Amino acid sequence: MTATVETEEHFAGSNKLFVSVWIWLLALTGFEVFLGYVQLPVIYMLVILMGASIIKAALIVAYFMHLRFERLNLVLTIVPAVVICICLLLVFFPDSFRARQLRYSGPPAAEENH
Amino acid sequence: MAAEAQALAGDWGGGVHPYRVGHRKLGMWLFIMSDSLTFSALLIGYAYVRASNVWPTPFKFYPSIVFSSVMTLVLLSSSLTMVMAVSASAHGKKSAARKWIILTALLGATFIILHSIEWNHLLGEGLKPFQLPQEWAERWPGSTPLFGATFFGITGLHMFHVFTGCIYLFVVAARVKKLKHEDIEVSGLYWHFVDLVWMFVFPMIYLLSIYPKK
Repeated sequence: MTATVETEEHFAGSNKLFVSVWIWLLALTGFEVFLGYVQLPVIYMLVILMGASIIKAALIVAYFMHLRFERLNLVLTIVPAVVICICLLLVFFPDSFRARQLRYSGPPAAEENH
Repeated sequence: MAAEAQALAGDWGGGVHPYRVGHRKLGMWLFIMSDSLTFSALLIGYAYVRASNVWPTPFKFYPSIVFSSVMTLVLLSSSLTMVMAVSASAHGKKSAARKWIILTALLGATFIILHSIEWNHLLGEGLKPFQLPQEWAERWPGSTPLFGATFFGITGLHMFHVFTGCIYLFVVAARVKKLKHEDIEVSGLYWHFVDLVWMFVFPMIYLLSIYPKK
């Protein structure tokens, strides 16, 4: 008796849907480039650009990588693990502000002796 | 509603095939998980070095940002052609799938050529992994020489992924008739991941390093 593994082909999503996702991705990229052109303060740029990038990544994963049409089990195995690990990596980031304070910025101003 | 609840209960039930995907596809998803952490670590490391140092912002809107935007357009378009290939394969149109896959690989090759032109330009300006061009060092006094290391490291690793992706796609295109639909889908997953990574590299490396307006 031969054990066979059945994997159903469950391709969902039309070409029209994929083209519309592509147009959204282009529009978000155009928005990002526009922000670069007008040059907002770097903190605003960082927040808005990362927000737009996360939306773009979600669109790619959900529709192009088809995760939206997969079983919930697979989604819950993949997405939370990656998100939590990335958040844990970010724990180190605030230390960069301390490191910036440690930078040598020339000799201290000489005290005036009267 | 009851049908949805039943389907959800079925999903949670797991059973013999809890993910309803083949082992190749599951393997690719696990690879993508690990690779996404590699790129995350690199980008967070880049952000750390950048925030703790004086950082040059050398990319002028024209030509650098316009050029990298064209590269982004090429890569996004390659994702569309790849999803068309997977769609064609799902409908049993293997010849159409092959054409879309070849087009995807060619767009990937275009991306590599454009990126190489940009690297060549920056190397010509005097940017090295651990040394800034003299002009940049004077423009941003005290800036870290690690700009080149992070730039070439991150974009180089991404370009390597695009390069291996192109080879992978050409092999898949050559063997498309013998392969199952899931094999085409797996190659698509890899290619979309390469595109996804660029969605973070482009704003972090390029758009946040735009030469300031006067």
